[in-house]
Amino acid sequence: MTTTAPAPLAPTPLGHAAPRPVPDGALRAAAPADRWHPVCALDDLVAERGAAALVDGVQVALFRLHDGTVRAVDHRDPASGANVMARGLVGTRGAVPTVAGPLYKQVFDLTTGRCLDDPALALGVHEVQVAGGTVLVRVHGGPPAGADGR
Amino acid sequence: MSATTSHLVVVGGGMVAQRLVEALLARVDAAADGPAWRVTVLAEEARVPYDRVALTSFFSGRTADDLVLGDRALWDDPRVDLRLGEAVTALDRDARTVATSTGAAYAYDALVLATGSSAFVPPVPGKDLPGVFVYRTLDDVEGLRAHVAALTAERAATGGGPVTGAVVGGGLLGLEAAGALAALGATSHVVEFAPRLMPLQVDEGGGEALKRLVEGLGVSVHTATATARLHAHEEGPRAGHVARMEFAPRVGADGADGADGAEAGDVLDVDVVVFAAGVRPRDELARAAGLPVGPRGGVVVDLTCRTEDPAIWAVGEVACLEGRCLGLVAPGYTMAEVVADHLVGGEAVFPGADLSTKLKLLGVDVASFGDAMGAAPGALSVVYADPVAGVYKKLVLSDDARTLLGGVLVGDASSYAALRPMLGTALGGDPSAWLLPEGAEGGAAQAALPDEATVCSCNNVSAGRIRDAVRCDGCTDVGAVKACTRAGTSCGSCLPLVKKLVTVELESAGVTVSKALCEHFAQTRAQLFDIVRVTGIRTFTDLVERYGTGRGCDICKPVVASVLSSLGAGHVLEGEQAALQDTNDHVMANMQKDGTYSVVPRIPGGEVTPEGLVAIGQVAQDFGLYTKITGGQRIDLFGARIEQLPQIWERLVAAGFESGHAYGKSLRTVKSCVGQTWCRFGVQDSVGMAVGLELRYRGLRSPHKIKLGVSGCARECAEARGKDVGVIATDKGWNVYVGGNGGFTPRHAQLLAEDLDDETLVRTVDRFLAYYVRTADRLQRTAPWLEEIEGGVDHVRAVVLEDSLGIAADLDAQMAAHVAGYEDEWAATLADPEKLRRFASFVNAPGTADPDLAYVPERGQRRPATAAERGLAAPAGAAPGPAGPTPAPGPRTPGGVLVAGPTLEVMPR
Repeated sequence: MTTTAPAPLAPTPLGHAAPRPVPDGALRAAAPADRWHPVCALDDLVAERGAAALVDGVQVALFRLHDGTVRAVDHRDPASGANVMARGLVGTRGAVPTVAGPLYKQVFDLTTGRCLDDPALALGVHEVQVAGGTVLVRVHGGPPAGADGR
Repeated sequence: MSATTSHLVVVGGGMVAQRLVEALLARVDAAADGPAWRVTVLAEEARVPYDRVALTSFFSGRTADDLVLGDRALWDDPRVDLRLGEAVTALDRDARTVATSTGAAYAYDALVLATGSSAFVPPVPGKDLPGVFVYRTLDDVEGLRAHVAALTAERAATGGGPVTGAVVGGGLLGLEAAGALAALGATSHVVEFAPRLMPLQVDEGGGEALKRLVEGLGVSVHTATATARLHAHEEGPRAGHVARMEFAPRVGADGADGADGAEAGDVLDVDVVVFAAGVRPRDELARAAGLPVGPRGGVVVDLTCRTEDPAIWAVGEVACLEGRCLGLVAPGYTMAEVVADHLVGGEAVFPGADLSTKLKLLGVDVASFGDAMGAAPGALSVVYADPVAGVYKKLVLSDDARTLLGGVLVGDASSYAALRPMLGTALGGDPSAWLLPEGAEGGAAQAALPDEATVCSCNNVSAGRIRDAVRCDGCTDVGAVKACTRAGTSCGSCLPLVKKLVTVELESAGVTVSKALCEHFAQTRAQLFDIVRVTGIRTFTDLVERYGTGRGCDICKPVVASVLSSLGAGHVLEGEQAALQDTNDHVMANMQKDGTYSVVPRIPGGEVTPEGLVAIGQVAQDFGLYTKITGGQRIDLFGARIEQLPQIWERLVAAGFESGHAYGKSLRTVKSCVGQTWCRFGVQDSVGMAVGLELRYRGLRSPHKIKLGVSGCARECAEARGKDVGVIATDKGWNVYVGGNGGFTPRHAQLLAEDLDDETLVRTVDRFLAYYVRTADRLQRTAPWLEEIEGGVDHVRAVVLEDSLGIAADLDAQMAAHVAGYEDEWAATLADPEKLRRFASFVNAPGTADPDLAYVPERGQRRPATAAERGLAAPAGAAPGPAGPTPAPGPRTPGGVLVAGPTLEVMPR
């Protein structure tokens, strides 16, 4: 199971200068298999719009929400198989931040990756933190949370 | 299904026959264990059953196709054999067979006679002259139209006066025929034997009001007048054709009174005569087979519609029920249902006919219901007459002035839908309230309609059934109730009442009909439009914080984006607006199934220079784009990756192209035929007009996509009547049609205005589009908008042509602001580095192509690889492609299919 790290985090000792790449350090040591990758500056992300990123060969969709937090889910749309999730519309359903699949319009929970319209679909969720104005992502492999095999 | 299938033969292919087949199959399908039937329909006319009641609409722009009844799928059902142009010539009751005009014979288990009527032509000398018509079938009206058109052309060539037509018969059909002649541009006369128009439906006062209204429309009315003979031209190009009507001496009159009638021996010069003096049942088959017929014709049937022969039934106008034939479609439909019920073992009986009528003749509303003449003993009449406004209304009440027995409404029949179901019940309150203009709505009374009251008489749907549909079947709007009960699906005159009943029922059930756009806005799109227009709010955040909740969704954000854009809030990617745009609008291209995009440059009116074509072709070749011509006369380039879009558009903009807005809920194309400039038939410059309109409305954001068409003559090669706005050239200018579309539910556009000059045409289309943009729901195209909006196309016509709402100046200003504010979205984007950043494929690798894209060649171009092709491809080793630089990952050829990565160049063959 994956969860999104609370964001934004307080600036870490590593992030104060926001240089790229972030030097290896405590974060990597804590998770050698899934290391944190600096992806872009927070300012590169437009509020309530997505952006795709290539992280460790995985296509990730990043979303900067209205409250300033950043979420990361799979860029691959499970409904179509195309890499398009970052181009979906961001919104809310109740209190839940969401993204709608651009091709077939299913709505996904950006926090859990769960599809709110079709329980058979889900997006993998990746960890994000913003440190010193830099967005860092830690990719999780394996089947996305909530998917039941489709 | 039972083991044996019986065979039903239906003689006749009219409206009632269609309903019988539909009703029978519905019942068979509903009862799994019931009897099984196959049906053969033998139709004399070579046309699929059509709406004969709407024949006259043929003259106001509807086509033969528009008049086809019901779902065409009925005739594709394997149990149904519809044989067109095959008339039954003989009936053998002993052998239970019928013989037809093709020489075929059909055995039947049950036979239904649905032969209808033929037009009655009185035995007037000259009745068979060329130029004399009847008004009964589509072929009749097509013949009439062609004849009048030929005469009109002839007159125009010789400088003669207008064509003059006379209709014999001032009843329902006669007035329709007179309206048809008027619509064809002929001077029109109505000759009626009785002392008033529509003698069967309206009383003397109603007849008077009707006559004044009809004469006000330029139709001459001759009542109490009989036609004695028709004379032919003796020489000239029309020798032998009808030339004159001669009238008979007035019955019981000396020629001095009855000033409205023609005098004895008077003549009227005419070019065309239409007989609409009644109908006679087509009972000849039954007569020859020895079945009893009524005193005035018609096959005698009992209340179950069965003839003396238990295997033979008769329905519709040919059936003589309780001594008379009924010439209206509603009782015919009821008979069809009765017979269908018996065929599956039911025991229905004909409940009695509702002979109520409401129609619009020449634009005049006329309604008659129940005991319209006040024939019941002691009946009282309440009359309201306003000769100035041309309104006459009468209610017939029981002797205690409480129970409604009937009525006549002329000039304003708006209360008909509410009054007719009240027949036989107490009106309550002051009956005159129903007659006064403000009482027309009759709100409280309508809601209190008894359950058994018939609301839709065409389909025999009661008020109770409509309430049930809401209460038990879960219908929450008129559309659902229509689908569920069939109420209002034939003539539609009861729809206002259905709407009222549905609303009241929903309210009393505590169901609030949510018009909310989505969970974030309780308002409709039209309300949001007004809020933005009036408050001047220009950002989504402002709007959702003041008038909504949350942060929006994929429903409301694009709506707000569209509204802001319609009201001139600037570039679609400017500031916060960028976050509102739907996926396609956000990159100004159309996403395809693999996540790449298609690109459509605007080609106004479909007119393109060779240089333009070469430029598009060069771009397609350089970027390896799949190329296809669209239905809207432009060129679609597929397979562009998001990071390629700016490079592609840089080239297109440099070649003079602009965004085609193929991605937007906005104007798409204005399709045109080549028109007068090249075509030998063209009467106006259709391409010039199309280019002008496309340049005027390009970029206009709207509730749904909008398509226009312009045809250079009535041949309509641009298929403009399949568009939201269709413009068709005439000798005098342009006709404009609105509300057409193709797609899932094709619609033909309806006539909005005729013979407009260029300037008036543009102003009319301006206002129509501006009003649509203002008031339509989200994703509502013009056709359903026209259907939903109170008052329909007549209301919209009044708004755009007569400024009935006093908003025309506002609408004009709205469109003027759009035209002045237009800029090409793509050119503006290319000039702004901030906007260009949105086209990065990956925020951390902006120029890297999506490595998962894969293509295969097909017919000299490329297409996305299927999942199977990808699956095969995945483990295969790289093999050199046939062309071009090898992309990464390299092309692979598993099992003979070449699969390439993000790019695949295909060499010309």
